[in-house]
Amino acid sequence: MSETKPFLLELGVEEIPHWMIVPALGDMERLFQELCQTHQLVPGELKFDGTPRRLVLRAAGLPERQADRVELVMGPPKSAGAGAAMGFAKKNGVSVEELSTEVTPKGEYFAVSRKIEGREVRQILAEALPALISKIPWPKAMYWTGKGGTTFIRPIRWIVAMLGDSVVEFELAGVKSGTLSRGHRRMGSDEIAFDHTNYEERLEKNGVILSAAKRRKRIQDGIKKLLKGKGLELIADDSLLDDLVYLTEYPTPILGSFNPEFLALPQEVLSTVMRHHQRYFTMRDGEGKMAPHFLAIMNMKADKKGYVVKGNERVLEARFNDARFFWDQDQSRKLADRVEDLANVTFQAKLGSYKDKRLGVEAGVCRIAGALNLDTRLARRAAELCKTDLMTEMVKELTELQGVMGGLYAKVQGEPDEVWKAIYEHYEPASMESEVPSSDYGKILSIADKLDSLEGCFALGMIPSGSKDPLGLRRAAQGIVKTIVEGRLRMNLRKLVNEGAEETNRTFLRIRSDYKEDRAADGELKLAKQIWEFLLDRVRYYFREVRHYAYDELAAVLAAGPVDLVDIESRLYALKQVRQTEEFEPLAAAFKRMRNILKQAGWQSGTVNPALLEEGAERELFDETTRVLAKVAVYRQSEDYMASLNVISSLKPAVDHFFDKILVNAPDPAVRDNRLALLGGLYNEVSSIADFSEIVTSSTTE
Amino acid sequence: MDSYQETIFKLKRFWAKHGCVIQEPYDIEVGAGTMCPETFLRVLGPKPYSVAYVQPSRRPADGRYGENPNRLYKHSQLQVILKPAPANVLDLYLESLEAIGIKLDQHDLKFEEDNWESPTLGAWGIGWQVMMDGQEITQFTYFQQCGGVDLDLVPAELTYGLERLIGFLQDRKSVYDIEWVAGTTYRDVRFRDEQQFSVYNFEKADVGMLWKLFDLHEAESQRLIDEFRGLDPEKDAHEKKRFPLLSAYDHVLNCSHTFNLLDARGAISVTERVGVIARVRKLAVGVATSWVDQQNLLNAVEVAQ
Repeated sequence: MSETKPFLLELGVEEIPHWMIVPALGDMERLFQELCQTHQLVPGELKFDGTPRRLVLRAAGLPERQADRVELVMGPPKSAGAGAAMGFAKKNGVSVEELSTEVTPKGEYFAVSRKIEGREVRQILAEALPALISKIPWPKAMYWTGKGGTTFIRPIRWIVAMLGDSVVEFELAGVKSGTLSRGHRRMGSDEIAFDHTNYEERLEKNGVILSAAKRRKRIQDGIKKLLKGKGLELIADDSLLDDLVYLTEYPTPILGSFNPEFLALPQEVLSTVMRHHQRYFTMRDGEGKMAPHFLAIMNMKADKKGYVVKGNERVLEARFNDARFFWDQDQSRKLADRVEDLANVTFQAKLGSYKDKRLGVEAGVCRIAGALNLDTRLARRAAELCKTDLMTEMVKELTELQGVMGGLYAKVQGEPDEVWKAIYEHYEPASMESEVPSSDYGKILSIADKLDSLEGCFALGMIPSGSKDPLGLRRAAQGIVKTIVEGRLRMNLRKLVNEGAEETNRTFLRIRSDYKEDRAADGELKLAKQIWEFLLDRVRYYFREVRHYAYDELAAVLAAGPVDLVDIESRLYALKQVRQTEEFEPLAAAFKRMRNILKQAGWQSGTVNPALLEEGAERELFDETTRVLAKVAVYRQSEDYMASLNVISSLKPAVDHFFDKILVNAPDPAVRDNRLALLGGLYNEVSSIADFSEIVTSSTTE
Repeated sequence: MDSYQETIFKLKRFWAKHGCVIQEPYDIEVGAGTMCPETFLRVLGPKPYSVAYVQPSRRPADGRYGENPNRLYKHSQLQVILKPAPANVLDLYLESLEAIGIKLDQHDLKFEEDNWESPTLGAWGIGWQVMMDGQEITQFTYFQQCGGVDLDLVPAELTYGLERLIGFLQDRKSVYDIEWVAGTTYRDVRFRDEQQFSVYNFEKADVGMLWKLFDLHEAESQRLIDEFRGLDPEKDAHEKKRFPLLSAYDHVLNCSHTFNLLDARGAISVTERVGVIARVRKLAVGVATSWVDQQNLLNAVEVAQ
């Protein structure tokens, strides 16, 4: 093993979008590990760092040379004789005595061991690094040296590649690798000499904090210092902090303020402007109210003359002025007067305008309100107004406030609480992490809106496939599932899907020439089946990934065909609990056995004739089953699945005994059918809660 | 403090010093400096070209009757094209800021991802918005495609939003308070434009007449494109090399502006919109590809000589 040397690769790139830096470092690590593996190199400890202007890879110790290897070269079979051996030896530059004999399944062969000298690692790197760099995948790459040239996220402007103290020479996109780094755009030198021990220190002297953790800490410490004794509390925002860590090479917070008059505007507007548009942190005062201050993060050391604070304050004031202008102007026309204008706003190019959408949502929300015994007039009103804020100046400018603004305007314009709140939160839940709407009308409007999108898109064949889902339909379906389950809305979703599909079908037949009705053999719309299947897929995803139920638990419960998602959750919960009891697993195995027996016998239906029961195990199972199922029927009245499953578990001894003593396939067909009916009745009853035979048990042998 | 026009002079001088042709604004209404033939057509093909010009950019829907302090129907862009982009293009850009009196060590600068795309022009590029002290002052784009054609040389496009930039330098709360030249404000020069064009665009423009204009310009542009395509590169070489594609492009610009007027007037329904954009795009792509063909013919002659 030769001596090892530290290795450093720094890619100097024009400002990389902040959100791509961390994934790119991950890809670099993967690619470098692959490179090391291919060339049998052990790189020592690896470190990856990134700023907007550089991606850095450091390996603690790469050998100067690859280790030498011995390779066995196979020759002719021994049976070929001395002549062949001599020829083989000569070809390999050895004497016949140096040949060895290798035993293989095909017989004995001559062979010779050849030593392969390890290559210079510097040379390996010089050859492999350009390809490694080019292979880093980017969401949207560009070329800059001319058509057909290298592509990367932004132009590469310098490359440092140093093994030990000297350069690993290569060229990529016209840039030759070297040993000089560059500092901060405005605070550093363009020719920084360094060695492996003082790299970070030299960069820092030149205005670059290489480590993201240190940049984060500098921001946090700086904020603490700025807020000390001011009676202000930062409203934490980790994703904004992440953005700023990767938008800067030398972050420094500054504290600015704005005219408290603007606090009269809705807080949602102020914080959207500050956080989303200006990337400022917002603050609360001692009483928990929004404070007329903001924290901005500069990409430099200090704002000595206060120009940066002043500039940011000026920009914010202009933005708030705009917002106030929009707020006032938007009030001049009520949402209710804007309903007809929805015809002028595109919902989706193929589907048409928000006017059509609104009508669909209205019909849908009324159906859901009906199913839940809510006031359909309030639901309809909320649906009628919910998209009208798209035409307000405020939402045109601050699109992320869609819905929220509608709610705020509706409130000011005197709409009932149920209505404005529903509008306010009907885009929720925006993601798996966000909360579902808090109000009943908000929940049903959110569901109706999303269900309408599914209906329209599916009807026109715009169904997500693979990773492609440009219209966010999976997210919409996921939102429906999450809202129903976490909002605890008890309803027959299957029926709602059917009714929605039927209505879409009627409407599209009337107004669209590009739509054809398509019904399955059972008369049901294929559209309804497709939407239901799509939702079920999200149901599985939700309970597995978010609620951590096991795959087979879901399969067991869904096999029972439930149509109420809250009910599905109760069953899953009960099943998960009961599953941990001692009796359960053998019982599940027994049910699997029942299923197989029934399947083989082709059993469809039948009732038990008690007169034909054999005394002992068979009679015992019949009595036990009768007793247990009677109890289950009572428990199910109150949807007590836990008690139901527990009492079913108590069947285990009787079931075991039955299978021990009784031959189902009795010679007398009447007895046999009676036994099948006994098992079939029990199996069907239990499977209407959860199909135990779906449960994967350690004794499962299928 | 420099006046509005002095800052423009300084920027022009700076870019002239760095080898740019200084052009005057193009004399047909455009929504952005990118649409001028000096950018849209010149970025195509293998010939290097650098140019800078101020382009008044008209966006009818953005008009606010002169009542909003930050929004304009017609704003001005200083457009710089460096084809191909030199390796130090961002350093040059920073120098240009210094040239108009910005002390870089006293201000915060960030380059934030902002890619540019124009569906109507079949054009897109990769770049940033340049933020100074929280204010966007420039749009920087490396063009990748124009008129649906991959570019041979990658140009850098720098677009300074002059009202924003100079409002910032002069510390004005309203663009109308910008000092155009000593004793004259932006309001004095431009207020009537904003007010009257807002009235016209939103209230008075004759929709039927605009549609007619749109159809006429579209037909004329398409006729020229078709005629060019029909010419044989060998038999009609002379005719093909001098064919008025620039005129065909003027009609595309007219279509585009007419579309914007109709849009501001609320005359384009949702269902029509996509279709109308596709019509303009078809023309833009038609001119761009024809222009590339014509350039190849002309370059072949040059190479032969």
